[in-house]
Amino acid sequence: MSTQQPVEIILARQLASYLTVPIFLVDLEGTLLYYNAPAGEILGLRFEKTGRMPLEEWGQAFRPTDEEGDPLQPEELPLAAALEGGRPVHGSMRIEGMDGISRRIHVTGIPLEDQAKRRLGALAIFWETPVPGTGP
Amino acid sequence: MRVRFWGTRGSLPASGPETVGYGGNTSCVEVRGDDGTLLVLDAGTGMRRLTSSLEDPPSRIDVLLSHLHLDHIQGLGFFEPLYREEAEVHVWGPASSRGSLASRLSRYLSPPLFPIHLRSLPCRLSLHDVPVEELEIGRFRVTADYVCHPGATVGYRIEEGAVSLAYLPDHEPALGAREFPTDPEWTSGHALAEGVDLLLHDAQYDEEEYARRVGWGHSTLSQAIAFAELCGVGALALFHHDPLHDDATLDAMVEEVIAATDPPFRVVAAREAVELDPARVASG
Repeated sequence: MSTQQPVEIILARQLASYLTVPIFLVDLEGTLLYYNAPAGEILGLRFEKTGRMPLEEWGQAFRPTDEEGDPLQPEELPLAAALEGGRPVHGSMRIEGMDGISRRIHVTGIPLEDQAKRRLGALAIFWETPVPGTGP
Repeated sequence: MRVRFWGTRGSLPASGPETVGYGGNTSCVEVRGDDGTLLVLDAGTGMRRLTSSLEDPPSRIDVLLSHLHLDHIQGLGFFEPLYREEAEVHVWGPASSRGSLASRLSRYLSPPLFPIHLRSLPCRLSLHDVPVEELEIGRFRVTADYVCHPGATVGYRIEEGAVSLAYLPDHEPALGAREFPTDPEWTSGHALAEGVDLLLHDAQYDEEEYARRVGWGHSTLSQAIAFAELCGVGALALFHHDPLHDDATLDAMVEEVIAATDPPFRVVAAREAVELDPARVASG
């Protein structure tokens, strides 16, 4: 039995692989399917090294916290919220990459639907921003 | 199951003495079940010849549209059963995020593009949005899902007992792939075509043409063969021939690609009026 992903997910992954903006892609269950090389630089490890992870695992792997340092639960992350709510969600947080470096990032989670309005998954676009008080 | 080609051309009709071998009509394929069930795959200009061949049409006819580009619907208004009150015609095709199949199709089947409104057709007409998980038409099990082609476009998998056919007339599974093909999970159309006895697949371009038309939604002959091999099909019918390719050009392209790729299954180029039996075509 074919395990083929929906064509929209396939094209999203291919687009992400060409772009320089960090992108993180999950399926309908929130399972990590792919993140591109720029995302790997922020997360501290290339996707080829992490492979797929369920939401509960990747939601904790990068030790996300809010601006005050309080831990965020997986369902509180913009990507998971976008997946759950079916609408774009934006937020900022701190993460600790697999390389042990703490970073502040902005994240926009975008739900993915096909033309029949079937939900397929979601992707997050994120970028690193200076920690307040440390920038030039 | 029997498959007969009434239109094998892509994009634009290409009639003339130089294309009489493969035919000049655009996409239209007749699929007959063992019980007489009639499916019509796409409604290109080949539909006119199909209409002429229907001496004793079944009371119900199902037309499965892959998408609504003009080369796939231009013959619909000339499908004679639409004008018979007793005919039951079901048209299946993709909705888009902006409209149902009925609303999208009405944009063509209405003035000024066509003199008769879709709603004015006298037959018992039903329009159905796809994709669908699976539906039964007679003894056919039909699956439709989106494939890689600009706009809302589906491919079909049709099964009758142990015999199977996949129809992906407009399909660019190599779009964006750094290597093609690599992984079934990340290849558009694989689920529809996996293991079918006969695959009808887009093969519009040669390599040079494709390089100038990446993203237009079509494949090369060699990409069609590579996709078919990944899917483990029994046989491949190259389909949706470019209107600029005359018979001699197509003959040469097919001969060349088979020599270059040495596919482990039978490859034919679809020709108008030719009939294939998916259960037997693999063995020639």
